Amino acid sequence: MSAEVMDASDIRRALTRIAHEILERNGGPEEVVLVGIAQRGDELARRLAERIREIEGVEVPVGVLDITLYRDDIGMSAEAPELHETRIPFDVSERTVVLVDDVLFTGRTVRAAMDALTDLGRPRRIQLAVLVDRGHRELPIRPDFVGKNVPTGRRAQVRVLVEEVDGRDAVVVQEA
Amino acid sequence: MNRHLLSMRDLSAEDVVRILDTAESFREVGTRVIKKVPALRGRTVVNLFYENSTRTRISFELAAKRLSADVINFSTTGSSVAKGESLKDTALTLQAMGADAIVIRHASSGAPHRLTTWVRGHVLNAGDGTHEHPTQALLDLYTLRERLGRLEGLRVAIVGDVLHSRVARSLSFGLVTMGSEVTLVGPPTLIPPEALAWGVQIDHDLDAVLPKLDVCYLLRVQTERQRLEYVPSIREYARRYGLTSARVAMLPDEAIVMHPGPMNRGVEIDSDVADLPRSVMEAQVTNGIAVRMALLYLLLGAGGEEG
Amino acid sequence: MSAPAWLLRGARVVDPAQGRDEPLDVLVRGGVVAEVGVGLDAAGATVLDVAGALLAPGLVDLHAHLREPGEEHKETIATGTRAAAAGGYTAVAAMANTSPVSDRAAVVRAVRELAEATGACDVFPVGAITKGQQGETLAEIGELVEAGVRLLSDDGRCVASARVLRNALTYARAFAEPVVIADHAEDPDLVEGGQMHEGVHSVALGLAGRPAEAEEVIVARDLAIARMTGGRLHLCHLSSARAVELVRRAKQEGIRVSAEVTPHHLTFTDEDLRDYDTNLKVNPPLRTAEDREALRDALVDGTIDAVATDHAPHAVEEKEVEFDRAPPGTIGLETALAVVLTELVAPGRIDLLRAIDALSTTPARILGASEHGGPIAPGRPANLVVVDPEASWVVEPPFVSKARNAAFLGRRLRGRVVHTLLRGRPTVLDGKVVA
Repeated sequence: MSAEVMDASDIRRALTRIAHEILERNGGPEEVVLVGIAQRGDELARRLAERIREIEGVEVPVGVLDITLYRDDIGMSAEAPELHETRIPFDVSERTVVLVDDVLFTGRTVRAAMDALTDLGRPRRIQLAVLVDRGHRELPIRPDFVGKNVPTGRRAQVRVLVEEVDGRDAVVVQEA
Repeated sequence: MNRHLLSMRDLSAEDVVRILDTAESFREVGTRVIKKVPALRGRTVVNLFYENSTRTRISFELAAKRLSADVINFSTTGSSVAKGESLKDTALTLQAMGADAIVIRHASSGAPHRLTTWVRGHVLNAGDGTHEHPTQALLDLYTLRERLGRLEGLRVAIVGDVLHSRVARSLSFGLVTMGSEVTLVGPPTLIPPEALAWGVQIDHDLDAVLPKLDVCYLLRVQTERQRLEYVPSIREYARRYGLTSARVAMLPDEAIVMHPGPMNRGVEIDSDVADLPRSVMEAQVTNGIAVRMALLYLLLGAGGEEG
Repeated sequence: MSAPAWLLRGARVVDPAQGRDEPLDVLVRGGVVAEVGVGLDAAGATVLDVAGALLAPGLVDLHAHLREPGEEHKETIATGTRAAAAGGYTAVAAMANTSPVSDRAAVVRAVRELAEATGACDVFPVGAITKGQQGETLAEIGELVEAGVRLLSDDGRCVASARVLRNALTYARAFAEPVVIADHAEDPDLVEGGQMHEGVHSVALGLAGRPAEAEEVIVARDLAIARMTGGRLHLCHLSSARAVELVRRAKQEGIRVSAEVTPHHLTFTDEDLRDYDTNLKVNPPLRTAEDREALRDALVDGTIDAVATDHAPHAVEEKEVEFDRAPPGTIGLETALAVVLTELVAPGRIDLLRAIDALSTTPARILGASEHGGPIAPGRPANLVVVDPEASWVVEPPFVSKARNAAFLGRRLRGRVVHTLLRGRPTVLDGKVVA
């Protein structure tokens, strides 16, 4: 049983709003860099950068961070988790890093991402933007920017589909 | 992948690609200011080296440390092994101490296989007798793919004492798996005809082979006395099979020269040749760390079921 | 004390000495076969219902290493002969490479006395060909023959010197009794350092090879010297197709030669060493599938006379080492019959009469063990084995042998010894060693 909780235009509007909020919170784009968490988060980060360019006419740097090696569950599944690309072609030190992810759930991914990020440099501050917050946190982590709060069952699956990878934009909840 | 790395023959083309791709990610980690990731925090890797090989041991040690594993170097000189402890008892002792993986270098072919029958942890073959040296082969494959962009269809000559070379075995198996064309070159006493079963070709005339190569891979000449009965002298070997400047000129322009090290300059390779830009020995060493990180990650990062 | 009487009722009697293969009752009394026939009256004897089982002359092994004296940590005469009884044997030839070497009458007598005191089957001590098995000076063969030795061997080592072998084969003709010179046919120079059969697999596994040619050249040499001297030659554990072919031609030519093959050479190939299993490390080594087929053919057509175990026990810690450090050899007494039944008889490769002939009747004749190997006839010593041909079992410890180094470890075999009688006394009863 699955339900589409956001369609393409919902996602577009949510990202536009988040872009505005990021600019507002940080007093403009100058100190901001966007780091998407692979995979899906990096695509959302690129779109946020696009919105910011449309609004401010400024290119904010975008990187992609693979947090696999920082996960706390390595060795718990049959195969070692697959690694993805990390490409952060700028220095994160003294910048405001906005981590971008598709779904915020337990908070463990964000914890890993913050560890990974601080191994790469010393950001002035780290903020968190997510398209969907589905609740069920297991760590004391809260997002700075949220596209939509989607209450879900503990065992439900929330999938963010993006055009570039999945052929269309949507957020789908599959109840267990 | 299996839970151990014993032989290149256990790896499919898919496995090799996965290892090389994973190594690619670790190359990126190696370019960071902090070259360390927490992936294998709390795991213990034991380097059990029955033969001295500082290069391979350090490479494994760095790989494990960059993955945040604890590393123990179990030296066999001056230890319980020197007092006559058997391989099995040593292995059981290491297991009792909580070794999650044992990296073994041993003069006896098959010693890593034997180890797997006694311990539960992962076993990585870091060179066994005249059998195999799979991590060397994988770092060579990585270097080849990096330099030449592909493995399929590459024309590779492996030159030297194939009969006694664990590097030649592992590399031949790996290259054939990946679709390269391998020719083993050396005097007939050092190239067993049975090697044809590996899917390689055999030639005894290096000069005839050189113009057709993408890669000339030189094996280290073993100078122990018992090996010398196979050729009249090292001098004659160098004359017929040493890669001199004159011979390098016969290689196609794009062809590269490889050597697993340590080199005998002036024997299998002229000093000038070793220092040419087309000689990629330094890249081999650098890539060795990333490839060994990939292997430790893929083996130890998999679920802990008993094999 | 007279042996009890037994009526073995209803078994399929397989008696190569008489070419007999039919269901019959066998009455045993006073240690000998009293009567063979249909519907025999128990007449006070204990009845053993063995309907559906095979009843054959007790097996005879030409080649067992019982290790005593000198290496009792591997095996003793007591444990080795019990392993033999468990496998259906009533007689074994005990190889001479003990410590001290069985190169003089005193050692032969000591082995025989130990066997009489502690053994569970008849033991025929093999004498060394050369003093200390050093391959140089002939042992005092006359003294050995007077002590009852009929088989001489430096087994474990090839008689490297053609001149020494010539003298041994020539000298052995001096005796009224037929004296057999048995050689371990592998050229020591060609197999130096070798760990397994030289071929595709040794090259891939990085193990030094023992080429089949090492056997071929020695077999050719030995046969030429046998022809030259008229001596009686026996070739231990043949392993290669070309050696078999040489023996076939030599027999056609009338050269006095016999040959044996082991159950493991009839079963395994060099490919089976892929995991460096030290229990499969044997000398001569396991060879190719073609060699194995040639060995099977030769056993069927009689080119190879006998199946011999080359039972070679080693302590656990001696085999649980690196492959090149492990001593060669596998135990075999407890499995030989079942292996032949499973690998050769069941698939129809060899008929049962010939199988029993190769395991009992022929080796008894080669060894001069006249009380063994049948015929199963009135007045003959009751050395018998009863086998359940359908019983299926997995080879695994505990073994009756002191050792565990079984090549067949983990294999499922069909055919299990139910009773073994040595001169009418059970050494195995209902599958249990009782001697």
